[in-house]
Amino acid sequence: MFRKMLSVVSLIAILAMLLPSVVSAAPAAQGQEYIIVKDDWLSKLADKYLGNMFAWPAIMAATNQKHLEDPSFARIENADLIEPGWKIWIPSKEEAEAFLAKWDPKKPELLFGKPAAGQLVVASWWTAGGEAEGLKGLFDVYSAKYPGVEIVNATVAGGAGFVFRAVVKPRLIAGDPPDTFQLHAGLEVEGYSPEQYLEPLDDLFAAEGLEKVFPADLLTLLKYKGHYWGVPVNIHRSNVLWYDKSIFADAGLTPPTTWDEFWAVADALKAKGIVPLAMGTSGGWEAGHVFEDVLAGTCGAEKYAGLWTGAVQWTDSCVTQALENFKRMLTYVNSDHPALSWDGAGHYLIDNKGAMMIMGDWTNGWFQSMKYTDYGWAPSPGTKGIFVALSDSFSLPKKAPNRDNAVNWLKVCGSKAGQEAFNPKKGSICARTDCDPALFNEYLQSAMQDWQKDAIVPSVIHGAAAIESWVTDFKDAITLFVTSGDVAGTQTALQAACVDAGVCK
Amino acid sequence: MRRWDWDRIFAILLILPSVLAIAVFVYGFIGFTGYVSLTRWNKLLPDFTWVGLRNYQTLFAHPRFQIDIRNTVVFTVLFLAASLAIGFFLAVLLDQRVKGENFFRSVYLFPMAISFVVTGVVWRWLLNPGSPEMGSTGVNLLLEHMGLGFLKWGWFTDPTVLYIHPDTDAGMFLQRIGLGFLTTDKFGISVAMISLVVAATWQMSGYVMALYLAGLRGIPEELREAARVDGASEVQIYRYVVLPLLRPITLGAVIILGHISLKIYDLVVAMTGPGIGFSTDVPAFFMWETTFHSNRFAQGASIAIILLIMVAVLIVPYLYSSTRREIAA
Repeated sequence: MFRKMLSVVSLIAILAMLLPSVVSAAPAAQGQEYIIVKDDWLSKLADKYLGNMFAWPAIMAATNQKHLEDPSFARIENADLIEPGWKIWIPSKEEAEAFLAKWDPKKPELLFGKPAAGQLVVASWWTAGGEAEGLKGLFDVYSAKYPGVEIVNATVAGGAGFVFRAVVKPRLIAGDPPDTFQLHAGLEVEGYSPEQYLEPLDDLFAAEGLEKVFPADLLTLLKYKGHYWGVPVNIHRSNVLWYDKSIFADAGLTPPTTWDEFWAVADALKAKGIVPLAMGTSGGWEAGHVFEDVLAGTCGAEKYAGLWTGAVQWTDSCVTQALENFKRMLTYVNSDHPALSWDGAGHYLIDNKGAMMIMGDWTNGWFQSMKYTDYGWAPSPGTKGIFVALSDSFSLPKKAPNRDNAVNWLKVCGSKAGQEAFNPKKGSICARTDCDPALFNEYLQSAMQDWQKDAIVPSVIHGAAAIESWVTDFKDAITLFVTSGDVAGTQTALQAACVDAGVCK
Repeated sequence: MRRWDWDRIFAILLILPSVLAIAVFVYGFIGFTGYVSLTRWNKLLPDFTWVGLRNYQTLFAHPRFQIDIRNTVVFTVLFLAASLAIGFFLAVLLDQRVKGENFFRSVYLFPMAISFVVTGVVWRWLLNPGSPEMGSTGVNLLLEHMGLGFLKWGWFTDPTVLYIHPDTDAGMFLQRIGLGFLTTDKFGISVAMISLVVAATWQMSGYVMALYLAGLRGIPEELREAARVDGASEVQIYRYVVLPLLRPITLGAVIILGHISLKIYDLVVAMTGPGIGFSTDVPAFFMWETTFHSNRFAQGASIAIILLIMVAVLIVPYLYSSTRREIAA
């Protein structure tokens, strides 16, 4: 009996293993590459792959079209003259039939493809500094491939895209979207009603093999209602503790990793008249940013992630503890924090008046632009082994006026070449795991290592963990907490926000 | 009733485009906003399911909105009082036929030509308090150099709310006479708002001065002479002769400044933002965040309608009375 069951189970297992290979052996739905071997000719290949020996013009046209974007594909001048070793492209049956329907032997130019032309309107909030330079790097990669396309750089300034989103949404509702626009990867996409206004990108992810090059934790974050809605170009880390090396050296201190160490270090610094933790809260979101890192550092990766999926309720005791930690942390910050933005607070470190600062890793690029070198970094207290991530991605709106150009843009965004051109300038790491570390500076190299081995959890303030209305409620609750210090009341408000978002019961 | 001659038809045709445009783009959109505020459209996707006044219920229960209303009232009262007082004072000074009156009049009036955004940025720098570690900046630095260091304070960064605490004598008295609900910070004064009042007053008091100066020049010198002959002192002349005659001007100034201050947005955005603990938050800012950050369009529309009602309460009686006066004349 047992043996019989075993054989049934193993039979099922074998069948299950066979299944994917059976599927991939079927005629490719999306076309495929083919390398010419001896004794091939086009109508023979057309008969073999498309079931129609008269379909050879479709193969010739598809290959020549590919050649325009990627010179590694052959250019077939003469259908009767192909050489072994040439790389050609065999379209899907549907594509071939569509081509044959419009094929006219009197118009041979149809066989040589048409270079991409027209416009590509890219909407982002990257207006200045390394962000703008990185975007230009992406544009350069795109233009090298599609020289006929005119790129329109439609930017809207404003921190973290708060203003940008208010500009893009009415255009989506009005049916007049840009060809592609920037959005934070993760649940921020809910704010755009993607089923109504965006195209799912599952096919593009499959065709470009993106599922193999992004970490599994990131793929989970990217999916909303079972689909991908954006191609991520970069990764930023939220939970970084920046510190001034000389202050720590003078005081004989080491950067804290646990909460106990943090309190000890902060007390020692305070006694010396140095601001232990520099903070700026004038933008309205910075306090929430620090609190999300406190939350991850107090609850741990699994519970923190659970808070955003409903697996852990906000009434949990670790949230209480996180609020207590944050409250105590606020007793160590500079008094003028409401007048400063995060970079304004950074001047405390530059001027050796403040010792530490918790902020995302765009701080690294800002420090460099200020010619400040005397800084080190560590995960914020309690978050060793946790990578609180945020990511910028690009989407494909339905009704994009230049859809083909936009699809090509998304391919560039997901490609190794595109991400390597963008990220060293932007000061972020690749979402792909196969970028060349030599292109990146010292901080980013360390972040790349952590990205590969740490537990990846989503940032809330930067749109990855929660829908936008929940982010606003979270931010508002923390803004009030900074002055009220009301732990119980704030925890109730946080739980209510979770219920309102439909995640908690 | 005049007959329908060609002149009349021509006149109607001339004003028709603007009447239509205003009907659609002002009153039509006000109506649409009012309608949206009664629906369930709290996602990006429009959803016109009728929910009655539920958005308004949520709104008035929202702690941030309660704070916003408090801040607006505090701002409006302080801003009106300061602008009227300073504007009147400047007008009286200039009315003394001083030398270089034109020059001073221009100096006082110029701030009004600047946009609130510029005012906000400049006053943000001026009132940035600095810190003990980094040193004082702006006005605080000035005070320090003048030996008035004890006057330094956090300006718009100070989240203190002054209110009648229930444990004080006054608080207990209020509770005894059934006004205990007043003894919370929801009925207090957010001191950070004072910085905004300073900036807004700096900008608008010159305008009030111009209004009052015109009014003062319109008072016949004979009236003052007559009062002096009757033995009135200069203070009495202002109290019993000038001020009553200036009442229409005061009313006009209150209306104009009042609707600016109730709707204030640009100054807050440029100068302080909503502030920590929402110490400088205002309804217009909350409306923007609710609508475009939270995608709660119906909720945002309800804030807009509340703002409209507040301004209407101020302006409609004025319009009504001035229209009646015009008809009478």
